[in-house]
Amino acid sequence: MKKIEAIIRKTKFEELKEALLSSDIDWFEYHDVKGIGQSRQERIYRGVQYSTDVIERVAITIVCRELLLEPTISVILKVAHTGEIGDGRIFVSDVAQTWSIRTGECGDTVLRDKK
Amino acid sequence: MEEIGISLDTVWMLLAAMLVFWMQPGFALCEAGFTRGKNTANILMKNFVDFMFGSLLFFFIGFGLMFGSGGEGFVGMPNWGDLSFYNGGLPTEGFLIFETVFCATAATIVSGAMAERTKFSMYLVYSAVISLIIYPIEGHWTWGGGWLMNESADSFMMNLFGNVFHDFAGSAIVHSVGGVLAFVGALALGPRVGKYSAEGKSRAIPGHNLAMAALGVFILWLGWFGFNPGSQLAATGEVNRIAISHVFLTTNLAAVAGGVATMFLTWLKYGKPSLSLTLNGVLAGLVGITAGCDLVSPIGAVIIGLLCGVALVFAIEFIDNKFHVDDPVGASSVHGVCGILGTILTGLLSTSTGALYGHGWAFFFAQCFGILVIDLWAVACGILLFYGIKRLHGLRVAKRIEEEGLDIYEHGESCYN
Repeated sequence: MKKIEAIIRKTKFEELKEALLSSDIDWFEYHDVKGIGQSRQERIYRGVQYSTDVIERVAITIVCRELLLEPTISVILKVAHTGEIGDGRIFVSDVAQTWSIRTGECGDTVLRDKK
Repeated sequence: MEEIGISLDTVWMLLAAMLVFWMQPGFALCEAGFTRGKNTANILMKNFVDFMFGSLLFFFIGFGLMFGSGGEGFVGMPNWGDLSFYNGGLPTEGFLIFETVFCATAATIVSGAMAERTKFSMYLVYSAVISLIIYPIEGHWTWGGGWLMNESADSFMMNLFGNVFHDFAGSAIVHSVGGVLAFVGALALGPRVGKYSAEGKSRAIPGHNLAMAALGVFILWLGWFGFNPGSQLAATGEVNRIAISHVFLTTNLAAVAGGVATMFLTWLKYGKPSLSLTLNGVLAGLVGITAGCDLVSPIGAVIIGLLCGVALVFAIEFIDNKFHVDDPVGASSVHGVCGILGTILTGLLSTSTGALYGHGWAFFFAQCFGILVIDLWAVACGILLFYGIKRLHGLRVAKRIEEEGLDIYEHGESCYN
């Protein structure tokens, strides 16, 4: 089992959601995140220039079986891509155990495919 | 027919008074939008106080100081709530209401410049003093028939300039007085916490709702259609119906010219057309045209609007970066600088008396003299008042209250819950 964490543009969220649901991922979590990075947005208020260093993104967390890792990552890489600086990152890590609370099962079968 | 005429004039005056009253929510929304959400209840409260104190005090004392007689053209006698001394043709009670809303407009200009850091109790003192003393006395010099507008041949102004001072609806009398008081008040207070870096560099403190500010400016704009055309105080007869239509047109042209000038200038200067400044630009044009809206041609009105829109951008930058006076809504630039500029430009662009129309410089100098005297009075009163309060009691809330917001500490309730 793998955990995929992706930080993507807010504008790409709807598109990615559809793409993930149609590619065998049946559950994922997301939350709005704010980050501080190197990219700055110049703004002007009443003639005074200032830069906002807060960058707003959506973070998506997916736990999936290893056979789905490659296809899921390629979906994210394809859909969340614009080519501009700030498209985001994907982090992949191992998950030691997965339990189903309803059945008490443990293991790969908990993350059943739809098909 | 004459009966109907006076009734029509009265209705027009009262309708205009309603529109000028409607400028109060305009100011309130504009100021609330340009400041932060933690101080919104406070700034709204200040706008209510200005109208409440203004109405009571002007009814009770100010009206007599402004329109009474007995002070050699320098000040009238307080009327103590009695209106019987005045007889101006139109019903006195209606006229009092009309003059009250003008007084309250002058008073409420200051609240925006002193926003987000003034002790509410000390703002009450200021609000009472402008409606009680500062505005009625300079108002007596001018609209009250005092020395600056005394047209008799042996008066001071006629002797010196051969012209009296002219301010049709209050660029000088209402707006510049409010504007320079706003400047002195903000200067005495000092900048908001975090407004300037240690090296003295100005930082932006964005207002919390530009939609609110934009609606406020549109409301003020509507109010101005009472402020200026209403100041004719008559609608009956050919002369008056032409005059109020002319004033309506010049008022609107100056407003749009001010906004357009600011929009393009900010585009040029900062790379993008700035909404927050364009809103001020519209007001700058409106303030500028108010003195001469009856005397200048429509083209003249466009010129005044354009010049005020340009002056506004530089004034805001200069006051912020050079003087380090923190005026969150730009009241001293909009009402002060453009009020003064509009009054002076009337001396150039008046089609009947202006220097650019070949009528000599006498009227121009009368305008310069008038605005100088009126604003010196306002500045002197402002220095005494604000620095007096600062010394005796303190004008500013504690740093912690300022950081957490005046709403909770000064009023115990917040605007957004």
